[in-house]
Amino acid sequence: MSNFAIETVGLNYHFGAQTVVKDLSLQVPKGSIYGFLGPNGAGKTTTIKILLNLLKSPADQVFIFGKELNANRIASLKRMGSLVEQPAIYTHLTGKENLINRCTLLGIPKSKSAEMLSLVGLTEAANKKAGKYSLGMKQRLGIALALIADPELLLLDEPTNGLDPNGIIEIRNLMIELTTKHGKTILVSSHLLAEIERTATHVGIINKGELLFQGTIGELHDLSKPVVKIETNDQAAAANILGTAGAELVQQDENTISVTFKGKEDMGNLNTLLIQNGLVVYSINKERKDLENLFLDITSKN
Amino acid sequence: MVRSLFISLNSEFYKSRKTLAFWAAIILPVLICGLVALGFYGNADKVLKMNYPGLILWAQFSGATLGVMGMLILPFYVMFMAFSVNNIEHKNDTWKTLFTQPLNKFSIYAAKYLYAVMLLFICLFLFEVLTITSGYLLQALVPKFTFNDYNPLVLLTKFYSKLFLASLGILSIQFVLSLLWSDFLKPMGIGFVATIAGMITANLNWKYAYLIPYSDPTLALRVTRTGKNAKIEDFPVFSQEIWVSLICAVVMFIIGYFILSKRNIK
Repeated sequence: MSNFAIETVGLNYHFGAQTVVKDLSLQVPKGSIYGFLGPNGAGKTTTIKILLNLLKSPADQVFIFGKELNANRIASLKRMGSLVEQPAIYTHLTGKENLINRCTLLGIPKSKSAEMLSLVGLTEAANKKAGKYSLGMKQRLGIALALIADPELLLLDEPTNGLDPNGIIEIRNLMIELTTKHGKTILVSSHLLAEIERTATHVGIINKGELLFQGTIGELHDLSKPVVKIETNDQAAAANILGTAGAELVQQDENTISVTFKGKEDMGNLNTLLIQNGLVVYSINKERKDLENLFLDITSKN
Repeated sequence: MVRSLFISLNSEFYKSRKTLAFWAAIILPVLICGLVALGFYGNADKVLKMNYPGLILWAQFSGATLGVMGMLILPFYVMFMAFSVNNIEHKNDTWKTLFTQPLNKFSIYAAKYLYAVMLLFICLFLFEVLTITSGYLLQALVPKFTFNDYNPLVLLTKFYSKLFLASLGILSIQFVLSLLWSDFLKPMGIGFVATIAGMITANLNWKYAYLIPYSDPTLALRVTRTGKNAKIEDFPVFSQEIWVSLICAVVMFIIGYFILSKRNIK
């Protein structure tokens, strides 16, 4: 039995001649909140649609709970709930009727709709036409629709779109509760790292259809260890001196050298060392890339 | 698959019970039959002067409804309904949700098609029932009418069955057009032009008019006596235009599924 709720193996997808997804190998562990990150147009929604079999994937490239998707379409869909792009709501029906209709399609008791309405805080608006809902209310209804069948795996495409700060926090808490208390797996896409950072246990960063980073949130943090940035009058000599003194060189170019930050005292020692060797130190400072910059760095590289 | 079909059909009813397409199936027969009955009631003196025997009176009475309905309103209702059943998903961008439910794709499609067919059936069934009941109601109100002299059940059932079967071709074509395009104008424009063309060719008695599905409802209402001594009810239901309509319906139904299953859902 596979440990991944979602696994794609070298997934490729084309719209005509345009490659939208390139050699994508997603691995979403069971019980995780997987933040699927990328700028607009990176291929996030396309990937989610492939995972839902809305777009036909080539055989043996997509596995849901270890089962090939094309061959197990209905069985796989039974275990998934989704919210893709704007929530799909029948605007001429009320919020409650939308949920009841879904209950009918899924063959679950209609009473579930009231439960869902209270979960997303729409009980008071239950009998209002969904077309008259605000953007945030529609989004909540969309989430209720995704959750109603109590699926093991949730695919949420930018679920906090249009929600106010309170709503965003509620959704965040809901996602954490679903995974920790109910053992669900959630794949949540976003173009904002800050939004994912607080909830996700795992992160995948995609740009132009290619997966640029995949790992735990800790591994992503490790990529952004603080460094000491040094500027001197002779960079080559400085690199040499620092290297023999045992400092880890992270990056070096014409103007600056970066070494791993080990503490304030160590930083002072490096400074002294350079000066004792007759170099002029123009500047020396500690730098830490925040995740947002790291994300921009990763996505702008290719 | 049968369970999927039943569930989807159930959902179609639930979704559309607040839409015009559904209510039109009920309002149209009530309105038209009501108006015709009112007309007969209001002009009872004139009608009585003609001294129609039962059969002719029924023919006049039901012909008023069938004529308006069969020639003009039915094709447009069919176009509108086929559009509406699909548009409910286009408009709300819900095709994608529909196809992420753990249901058989064919069942979802077939349920939609079947739902459209059922609406058409309900509409025509109500027309027949209301025509007959309003006829007997008129008889009760104006005892001098001769509605009691002839039982129109067989005759009208045959006519409405023909009309229903002859409309399936148009329904299927419009259904697929509405599936393909989300906008109102393309299927309606094509349907409008085709309906006019169909009526013209049918009325010009063009030899091959029966091959055009849009001519079939008009053609289906023509009565051809089968023999000199034959009763008026003896005309065949499955005439050539009915076969054309049915074949067209089956072919379009298959094409529609092919389009839907090959198409990626955006």
